[in-house]
Amino acid sequence: MRWRGDQKESEATPEGLWLRRREFLALGAAGAGALLLPGRPVAGEPAGAALDVVERTDRAGGEKPSSWDAITTYNNFYELGTDKEDPAAHAGTLRPRPWTVAVEGEVKKPQTLDVDALLRSFPLEQRIYRMRCVEAWSMVIPWVGLPLGALVRRLEPTSRAKYVQFQTLLDPEQLPGQKRRVLDWPYVEGLRMDEATHPLTLLAVGIYGRVLPGQNGAPIRLVVPWKYGFKGAKSIVKIRFQEEQPRNTWNEMAPGEYGFYANVNPAVDHPRWSQARERRIGEFFRRPTLPFNGYADEVAGLYTGMDLRKFY
Amino acid sequence: MNQKTRIRLLEAATFALALVPLGKVAWDHWTGALGANPIEAVLNRLGFWTLTFLTLSLVPTPAHDLLGLAWPVRVRRMLGLFAFSYATLHLSWYVGVDQFFDLRVLAKDVVKRKFMVVGFSAWLLLVPLAVTSTDRWVRRLGYARWKRLHRLVYAAALLGVVHFVWRVKADLRRPAIFAAAVGGLLLARLVPWAAGRAARAGRRRPGPVPDAALTFGGGAEGPPGPPGGSGPGSSA
Repeated sequence: MRWRGDQKESEATPEGLWLRRREFLALGAAGAGALLLPGRPVAGEPAGAALDVVERTDRAGGEKPSSWDAITTYNNFYELGTDKEDPAAHAGTLRPRPWTVAVEGEVKKPQTLDVDALLRSFPLEQRIYRMRCVEAWSMVIPWVGLPLGALVRRLEPTSRAKYVQFQTLLDPEQLPGQKRRVLDWPYVEGLRMDEATHPLTLLAVGIYGRVLPGQNGAPIRLVVPWKYGFKGAKSIVKIRFQEEQPRNTWNEMAPGEYGFYANVNPAVDHPRWSQARERRIGEFFRRPTLPFNGYADEVAGLYTGMDLRKFY
Repeated sequence: MNQKTRIRLLEAATFALALVPLGKVAWDHWTGALGANPIEAVLNRLGFWTLTFLTLSLVPTPAHDLLGLAWPVRVRRMLGLFAFSYATLHLSWYVGVDQFFDLRVLAKDVVKRKFMVVGFSAWLLLVPLAVTSTDRWVRRLGYARWKRLHRLVYAAALLGVVHFVWRVKADLRRPAIFAAAVGGLLLARLVPWAAGRAARAGRRRPGPVPDAALTFGGGAEGPPGPPGGSGPGSSA
């Protein structure tokens, strides 16, 4: 701008900036230009052994499923490292076979289930579900699995079973992230009985018709689409039916931030960030979060009369 | 190669290296290496480098006072300005890209979210430091006042560490490393300060050379130092 004679020296561009203005301009232009160019897309086809899927339903209202790459390289699985890329990079030590799931507690016949036998004795379905992380990002995932309710019925819980608890593998050799006490291992989660037997609740063993990758919780994990993703315990080794409300790991880590119910609720903020909007992976703009992650019609009835601000 | 050329080379090298993290972000975007949530990845990287440059800008003074190294002080201002630049990029990315100027969310953030209040405060403290970073401002304020103002960088660095600690969900390893580095660099300043007190308590002993002597070449504008006092590392 032209020198007027009445301007103060403080209005002048700082000397350091002025001397280097050409560099800063070049930097700004290069930076803006580089980010405007679309990055080279990384194409990835679903990989792994194919599963025999007998039924397919879309429970995500036709929304576009997230890519195989996104689903298998952006994970929260602290047992394999705490950065999002860590689980995919470190899943090699996890051995999903041989694998058993112990069934204990308030059940007529406590037993040990072999995962392969389990897969053979239930028809596998593909269910496309929304998945909403408590960190306010989301995906649409084509899970393959069996309804947890079908398994529960076969296991015959007693009348004293009010809740089901799930426990993840504890083995720092297979899950090296467990060498540090980032969370109180082993990871535990739980559901109320009616939540566990709800038609939407799934025990997932695959994605996109392929066997579940290690970073997604191989060989068998829980999927509860109307709740925040941390309810979906991975690499399950124990299912326990019990009378008392189960411990759940994130609630013990930060009771003010993560509850037991953890129903997706745009009206109840996390203390450190809003839950009203979410980043759908692959999209630029955030989108509004739906109550119960869009499954309100099917599950809101489980919570009538409950203050969801108190039971977060 | 004379002294002036060496200094120019040092400054150019520092400038170029300080741009590498930004270049890496652009490169990773181009090669798809930012991952499935690039907006989050860039925000986290910008924050990490803000804290890194802020921490690095705390190194030259104790490096000089305790180790007698003069050359880091030459690039201290540049390191501080890069910390401010990365901090501004980090804040702008959050406001303009992550939240896309959603004023309702941002208003709540700046009031309700403790870690954001702390982070924003750290940035605010860096603004006057960036503005007064020039030689002209040192002359305007006088070295003693300028030095007191720039002690705000300690508060900014501590607030930055707290911002990181309060942001993470469970894994405190990286914030703890920054906390240790910043804490150590602040403690390192107590050593010459304590030695300075002992000197002023009656013994004539050369203390640390005030860094204005290095900025101006020990001219009339520098504060009064120990007579004939050239501490270790002050160059002619």
